[in-house]
Amino acid sequence: MALGDSRKILLAHGGGGRLMSRLIQETILPRVRQGDDDMPLTDAAQVTIDASVLCFTTDSYVVQPLRFPGGDIGTLAVCGTVNDLAAAGARPVALSLSLILEEGFSLDMLESILESIGRAAGALGVPVVTGDTKVVEVEAADGLFINTAGIGVKVPGSVLGFDRIQPGDAVIVTGTLGDHGMTILSRRKGMMFETPLESDCAALSPLTCRVLEAVGEAVRFMRDPTRGGLAAVLNEIASGSRCDIEIEETCLPIRPAVRAAADMLGLDVLNVANEGKMVLIVAPEAAEEVLAICRADPLGREAARIGRIGSPGEDGGLVELVTRVGGRRVVQMPYGRDLPRIC
Amino acid sequence: MCLAVPARIVELDGDRAVVDAMGNRWAIRTTLLPDAKLGDIVLVHAGFAIATVDEEEARQTWELFEQIEQLRTDETTGTEGAD
Amino acid sequence: MPDRAEAARRRMVRDCEILGRPVRIMEVCGTHTVAIFRSGIRASLPKGLTLLSGPGCPVCVTEQGYIDTVLELAQRDDVILATYGDMIRVPGTAGSLETVNRPGVRVVLSTDDALALARERPDRTVVFAAVGFETTTPATAVAVGQAAEEGVDNFCILSGHKRVVPAMAALLSDATNRIDAFLCPGHVSVIIGSEAYRPIARGFGRPCVVAGFEPVLILEAMAAICRQLLEGRAEVESLYSAVVRPEGNPRAMDLIDRYFEPCDGPWRGLGRIPEGSLRLRAEYERFDARRRFGLEERVAPEPAGCRCGDVLCGRIEPITCGLFGSRCTPDTPVGPCMVSSEGACSAWYKYGRRGGRNGAR
Repeated sequence: MALGDSRKILLAHGGGGRLMSRLIQETILPRVRQGDDDMPLTDAAQVTIDASVLCFTTDSYVVQPLRFPGGDIGTLAVCGTVNDLAAAGARPVALSLSLILEEGFSLDMLESILESIGRAAGALGVPVVTGDTKVVEVEAADGLFINTAGIGVKVPGSVLGFDRIQPGDAVIVTGTLGDHGMTILSRRKGMMFETPLESDCAALSPLTCRVLEAVGEAVRFMRDPTRGGLAAVLNEIASGSRCDIEIEETCLPIRPAVRAAADMLGLDVLNVANEGKMVLIVAPEAAEEVLAICRADPLGREAARIGRIGSPGEDGGLVELVTRVGGRRVVQMPYGRDLPRIC
Repeated sequence: MCLAVPARIVELDGDRAVVDAMGNRWAIRTTLLPDAKLGDIVLVHAGFAIATVDEEEARQTWELFEQIEQLRTDETTGTEGAD
Repeated sequence: MPDRAEAARRRMVRDCEILGRPVRIMEVCGTHTVAIFRSGIRASLPKGLTLLSGPGCPVCVTEQGYIDTVLELAQRDDVILATYGDMIRVPGTAGSLETVNRPGVRVVLSTDDALALARERPDRTVVFAAVGFETTTPATAVAVGQAAEEGVDNFCILSGHKRVVPAMAALLSDATNRIDAFLCPGHVSVIIGSEAYRPIARGFGRPCVVAGFEPVLILEAMAAICRQLLEGRAEVESLYSAVVRPEGNPRAMDLIDRYFEPCDGPWRGLGRIPEGSLRLRAEYERFDARRRFGLEERVAPEPAGCRCGDVLCGRIEPITCGLFGSRCTPDTPVGPCMVSSEGACSAWYKYGRRGGRNGAR
């Protein structure tokens, strides 16, 4: 069987030779670079930007399963990195794409994931301008690992940072919590359940840029609640700003199916990952306007004001939840691994 | 002790059932409830139904009653917003 | 619902005032401990009312020796150790299932999954860590029954199952534990029935009220307890009748009885409780991991300074333990009370951190 006829990735595909060249030219580039740009392949891409400050971020993606309702590792790889730029107040400009493939990986699957990447990047108008491909031996990687890095330029007028956060600021979340994490769990061996849930994987830069253009400095800080969920982000904000945070349980937007699935597994929705949501800390007088802008966007329809920044705490801030029955409890930084439990 | 969650039986074959909780469907056993019927709302713990839920009582005593009602009227997800 | 909560709270405050003496209620259910904390109602209870966290967290009352045995089995190459997620981070003498980090440790959601594992892997022995009270025991019984019927010989269990009522009786037999009444576990009661607490109510003269897990239901149950105390009654009441029947679940009780028999056994912190544990009956001993691997019951010393036992008896509050919050934290737990999501120490640390006794600010 000729090497080139294989529908599986071979070690040679990462070898820098003919097979790799064909993989890049025939499989990767056409799918990832949707549209008409025909930039020649160079060692480093050149991107012209009119700015003296660049925002620069990177993230690696190792999700299992690779495909899930609402997206795949490719969409995640684009949206996740774009959202980090968005959270920094930047408009994304370009992405890099590094693939680490396990020998034996299905070419069909790879093509499908690359198409997702192309679609996601294309929809945003953010090109993938450079990349890398490696193939490792069987079992040295879990199918496919992806790293993306992104550069962006800050929206004029955006000034974000922990030091900008003040007591009285509003805590806003752009939509329902826990959708991504619960969807992924439902596809995990040993835990499978049928569900209408889908990952919320989405790029939020168009929305965040619109918010920043409208209210500028009134946005103090943004972060996307990925691994560790809302609880992790709020604890990071409380710790970074040294202010307490108070949120209201009755204000948290959570789909009934997410809550029910979390109940069944004994998990806390606040610790569950999101991939298409942003937490914004906003000056109180601008909160209503920010909410309106979010809700006018399909990705922010269920945006909600969930709480407020409190006073500075003696030992760094504490995050507290006001419960449905009017009690209060501390929302702790998650351990980092939520295990399903029966007791 | 122990977490147990209400869900409605939507498929039943011997002592193997599929239950629906807000649109999520789980495969469970009804071995402990020989009289369980299709349509019953049961309490699920560690993959087993341990009790049928008396809906009248639940309505009077249970905040989860709203969830029970939703299970009953066969509404699946789509409702947004907080509880 | 907030109105009902408020009304219950007011009734409790009023009755405690009239009663005019301190009231100590023990909640015998880790899920109640957590529910109480998560809803924040602890902070708004009447001054004279103390809520004791009892030995109702099945993971917390599992003795150190059992955990060490589980760890030993998990490290054998011929074993797959199947367990509910609750046990993964519980510290034994030398690490936990998490730090042992073996591919042979598998988290399962049900005993069905554990049995399926045994069928899939005839080259290994699947040992299921059977921990839990009467709520969870029937699921193990079903699995053992199926294994027997189908001849799944590479399946066995290490029984750590326990019985709640004997523990309640043991607690009351020690007069230094001043317990006035019990908030009884909702889901254990689904299986054993509310009538199971009659010996405690009648025999020891303590009100026993079964409560559900919603904050409103817990408040109403506590108010019912205060009312009983005020009126000098000691009865069994169930406020969770949507799922709890006086007789419980007869099929589940039959199954427990068919495969298990009560025996004396160690509970962490409480010592040996007569008839407080469950072991497989002789005719099913081939499914008993202890027999199969020739394991003696281990007695492992509690870690130095660990006061899980006192916490489990309600003798001290977590914050009184010298290790609480310093050497013993959720990230670096010394004892199971901190690691189990239902453990009193974990609940205190997570939910009551700012503010002393009752998590009040």
